[in-house]
Amino acid sequence: MKIAIASGKGGTGKTTIAVNLAASYARMGRRVQYLDCDVEEPNGHIFLKPKIDLSQIVTVDVPQVDLKKCTGCGKCSEICQYSAIVHLKENNVLTFEQLCHSCGGCLRVCPADAIKQKPLNIGDIEFGKTGEIDFIGGKLYIGYVRTVSLIKEVKRHIRQDSLAIIDVPPGTSCPVVEAVKGVDFVLLVTEPTPFGLNDLKIAVGLVREMNLPFAVIINRYGIGDDEVEKYCKTENIEIALKLPDDRRIAEAYSVGKMIVDVLPEYKKDFSGLYESVSQRLKG
Amino acid sequence: MKIAITSTGQTLDSLVDERFGRAAYFSIVDTETMDFSVIENENVAAAGGAGISSARAVIDTGAEAVLTGNCGPNAERALSAAGVKLYTGVTGTVSEALELFRNGKLTEADGPNVQSHFGTGN
Amino acid sequence: MKEIVVISGKGGTGKTSIVASFAALAKNIVLADCDVDAADLHLVLHPNIKQTSDFSGGKQASVITEKCTGCGKCQEVCNFNAVLFNGPANDVVEKTCTIDPISCEGCGVCVHFCPNDAIEFKDAVNGQWFISDTRFGPMVHARLGIAEENSGKLVTLIRKEAKRIASEQNKDLLIIDGSPGIGCPVIASITGADIVLVITEPTLSGKHDLVRVADLTAGFNIPTLVAINKFDLNPDIAEQIEEDACKRNVRVVGKIRYDKAFTKAQIMKCSVVEYTGSAVSQDVKALWRNVTYAF
Repeated sequence: MKIAIASGKGGTGKTTIAVNLAASYARMGRRVQYLDCDVEEPNGHIFLKPKIDLSQIVTVDVPQVDLKKCTGCGKCSEICQYSAIVHLKENNVLTFEQLCHSCGGCLRVCPADAIKQKPLNIGDIEFGKTGEIDFIGGKLYIGYVRTVSLIKEVKRHIRQDSLAIIDVPPGTSCPVVEAVKGVDFVLLVTEPTPFGLNDLKIAVGLVREMNLPFAVIINRYGIGDDEVEKYCKTENIEIALKLPDDRRIAEAYSVGKMIVDVLPEYKKDFSGLYESVSQRLKG
Repeated sequence: MKIAITSTGQTLDSLVDERFGRAAYFSIVDTETMDFSVIENENVAAAGGAGISSARAVIDTGAEAVLTGNCGPNAERALSAAGVKLYTGVTGTVSEALELFRNGKLTEADGPNVQSHFGTGN
Repeated sequence: MKEIVVISGKGGTGKTSIVASFAALAKNIVLADCDVDAADLHLVLHPNIKQTSDFSGGKQASVITEKCTGCGKCQEVCNFNAVLFNGPANDVVEKTCTIDPISCEGCGVCVHFCPNDAIEFKDAVNGQWFISDTRFGPMVHARLGIAEENSGKLVTLIRKEAKRIASEQNKDLLIIDGSPGIGCPVIASITGADIVLVITEPTLSGKHDLVRVADLTAGFNIPTLVAINKFDLNPDIAEQIEEDACKRNVRVVGKIRYDKAFTKAQIMKCSVVEYTGSAVSQDVKALWRNVTYAF
């Protein structure tokens, strides 16, 4: 089963939920994978502290021009929407690999067969273990735009025999779509505040458009008002967990500790969370 | 020779635009005949790759040198690949910049002087 | 006119609440919400929208059903699996092609290769942007559509409009709620600004992200200040952040204590300094004073 942990804005406790859910399930003796798809700002490793066994470079295909074959027709430059391949005078063609989206347009359009693909490194995926959890974390290189490609690659390592917990980037843009695509269930983490509600509504719009089953987790429950609860009730959205506003949770977070390690009274919340999700999927 | 000066307006009295890729206009001047023309920069609000597209536009005019405030690495690479000389740090009006250039008072840049995205906020 | 951009590496550090407080404390200002992915400033400032415009971040392909012969060439050339055979029938075929707008990256390759010119390539509408009035001055803000890419383009547009208004109305200061992260949108929010203020919190994640943000602003030569929100949550890490900041030549100009008034003010839909005069409000005011000295 694949569960994605997402939120409309950053800082709502998405990673906290993801790592604690992964850990509590693993401690019940099940196989769990934690996949950090928040590849621009990966933070899961701070809490899980995995022992990294393997690091893999992720590449995408970008064009390489054989200037000997190039006739200088400029068609590659015309078709490219991203200024990633530029024809200057005669047969002088430059490529700007970082801007390439790998659409393959230049390769297809070149009449002289002068363009070939070559790999470009865009980020790393680290594989490791932490207790019983398989850790898989993507990290995009600074200055690169291929977030979606890297997320796709991280998700390729999902195993059917495990529970896969996917830590989704914040927001509702393309990388989020890629990270939640094909999951069995989405947990949307929010806070009971006006900002939290506003961003939750946008996230709900996204998962509904993608036809994914989902439920809401209210973090720092008690800190704000009851508008999020009212909204969920009106919209018929299940609230899977209310994690109370507890300064000790914030303090544990600040030093990279997991709730299930330092505050045992919350263990049942996380084990119950998985049960309720699987119940819902069966029913 | 033909040169291109990034400018905020369409006259010789307009100020030099400190951005290259997102400059409002390119003033094209022939330093021998003093023929003067202006092209509007279509890449002011481009989603990305403005520097590269602007470099192409300048190269297509046949300009052999660019006078501007700041130029990022992508545009610099495109200009230098086409053999266009780059002068950065240029301020004042278009005609003042032109005078400095004609009198050999400008020094050619040896690379980009700002990072990518410099001109996006201005 | 001076321009200050308030940013944070990660979300949830109190950036928007602090921007709202600055808006209340400053005089003769224009505001811009460049955090377009999670735009929240309007919830505190209640803008009265004066002007709405569409925003297009790029192009998008769409099939003209009547012209499609279902040949499948578009599907063959699309590297993003965006072409589906689920369109309505026409005079020629039972099923025509359609393009899934969420998967389409606007590369235009299908448009080029379609043998029947049956694919249009038009500016996509990705959201709206607004010019509004607030109790503290004009504000420029935006709303992106669901699953739309926030390139730096919208951020650039918002800043440009805010600057135009500032210069037309002789405003002294432009306060920008910047984008989170370290990607294209944040770069577009900070370039050319007079001061960047980074709001962080004393957590390992906050510390980790501050270093990345500081390296970014250093690359653009923008004077950078730091404020630590909820500093008393973990004074040790707060101290480490001050040391990290010092090493990078950025100054910590404010420390704000952990106080639920931040959330309560949000619920009352006002800024912290309007909500309370208590210690936390004094912290924010002290931060603002230090920021103004820095100009």
